[in-house]
Amino acid sequence: MPRSHSCERPDSKLNVAQRFVPELLGRSDYAIIGEIIEPDTRVLDLGCGEGELLAWLAQNKHVDARGVEISGEKTRQAIARGVSVFHSDLEEALADLPNQAFDYVILSQTLQETRAPLKVLQEMLRVGRRAIVAFPNFGHWRVRLSHLLTGRAPKTKLFPYDWYDSPNIHFLTVHDFEDMAQAQHWTIERRMFLYGHRTVKLFPNLLAEVAVFLVKR
Amino acid sequence: MGTQTQIVRFDSISLDGGAVLAPVEVAYETYGELNSAKTNAILILHAFSGDAHAAGIDEETGNLGWWDNMIGPGKGFDTGKYFVICSNVLSGCRGTSGPGSINPATGCPYAMSFPAVTIPDMVRLQKMLVDHLGISKLLSVSGGSMGAMQALQWAVAYPDSAASVIPIAGTARHSAQQIAFNEVGRQAIMADPDWNEGNYYGHRPPARGLAVARMVGHITYMSDASMREKFGRRLRDQNQFEVESYLRYRGTQFVDRFDANSYLYISKAMDYFDLTNGARSLSTAFENAKSRFLVISFSSDWLYPSYQSLEVVRALRGRNLDVAYCELPSSYGHDAFLVNVAEQSDLIRGFLASTFESGARTPACRVHTRVNARTQS
Repeated sequence: MPRSHSCERPDSKLNVAQRFVPELLGRSDYAIIGEIIEPDTRVLDLGCGEGELLAWLAQNKHVDARGVEISGEKTRQAIARGVSVFHSDLEEALADLPNQAFDYVILSQTLQETRAPLKVLQEMLRVGRRAIVAFPNFGHWRVRLSHLLTGRAPKTKLFPYDWYDSPNIHFLTVHDFEDMAQAQHWTIERRMFLYGHRTVKLFPNLLAEVAVFLVKR
Repeated sequence: MGTQTQIVRFDSISLDGGAVLAPVEVAYETYGELNSAKTNAILILHAFSGDAHAAGIDEETGNLGWWDNMIGPGKGFDTGKYFVICSNVLSGCRGTSGPGSINPATGCPYAMSFPAVTIPDMVRLQKMLVDHLGISKLLSVSGGSMGAMQALQWAVAYPDSAASVIPIAGTARHSAQQIAFNEVGRQAIMADPDWNEGNYYGHRPPARGLAVARMVGHITYMSDASMREKFGRRLRDQNQFEVESYLRYRGTQFVDRFDANSYLYISKAMDYFDLTNGARSLSTAFENAKSRFLVISFSSDWLYPSYQSLEVVRALRGRNLDVAYCELPSSYGHDAFLVNVAEQSDLIRGFLASTFESGARTPACRVHTRVNARTQS
């Protein structure tokens, strides 16, 4: 859980932020990301949506927060919230940026939707010193069971879509990600696995719904 | 809110072309209250034909300000929180020195002997006004169209004097198409015999030429969709379409409030403006920029298309500057920044609030280290 900071002020915004902590837990990967990120750093969130996480990080960790979002409506919400967001496709948005411009580049629940995941990760590690990647684990036992028992493209709570209207175009597991990191000679500094709001310690490839990796080149 | 345009006179201003204009006057209005720390001032920059009267009702004429839907208590530029300044540009005809002003050396209007003026010259005069008002750092500098060009010039010329910059529906330099439309306007004015090489003061002004110039302008400010919606093929009477009547009305109305020579000077300043100003690239132009940026464009704006805003955004991001960008959906064409203000207001309100807060938290000391700027062409 994110630590609360001493310099918080007792204004209305803070109340929103405090209520947001359980919502951070609601998006359990956000809670972990919120905990990983050091105060006063530079953070880029790819696919930042309405900028909730970035606004929380700016307010509570005083980070220099920037986002990229492909939806115009979400971009507008984020900017109206005071977060600097660039309305763009994420691959194009990464290409503009200079090397090592950020301390962290976040990609939350989006890796499986990108056309060229390896290229995206390489770009993330070019513009950022560290990448934080959260993705749904396709190796979870429910997914395996669904596939085995129905003989059809798996549908679970985590992957609720029919195969023809799924935004997910790559299906990866915890092991797949670790294999790639090894092949690319990246260092995995932290790895955290989640089942609902709980942490998974044993057999993450089988038991984790969501994996969060902190990666360094 | 009743407002009054004020005039301040400075001894002189040195212009990019080498000339010195002495004296020089600038017309301006202010709204809201400057706070004691002088950290809540926002400079609004008007577009081609605008003036200092941006908001409220003019005490003399009863006219509403040209951006009254954006500036006021609770509006995008909230005068309940911020102190807002707007001035007429150099070479304009709405109170600031321009070709219609009297040359003290001759006692006659300058007309075409008024020195050539650039966008950086206009911005230099704005800086003199802001200094005169005792403000060392503006919270924000914002404008649409030509105002956006000036806002970008502020970021480049006075990086320490603007905490944030909001260029709307603008560009870092005119395209051939934009120059072409301006040239049609200029030729219409100069083809009018009443123009008389610019010496028409005290006589009949080149009203027909100026009206035609304005008609062309209005076409470029709208979109196919907005014209279809507003006029379609409806007839005003047997002899004219609604759209013809509208353009003629806007043309003649413009003659009453605008000086043809100012049209020539200002449109030339816009055409010659290039933010790179001899630098290798736009990225190089932003070498010393440090403001936060909110760049806004509109989907149906074909006069200042989104690609021009994106070019600016890309250069800023390449320098790792703090920039927010959004293309707003609109069918109003270039006029959108004046009429389609609900979403624009939300963006600006949030952006200004966070800029104001971060300024209060870290006074001018955001340090960015370890940035190896990639060479961008």
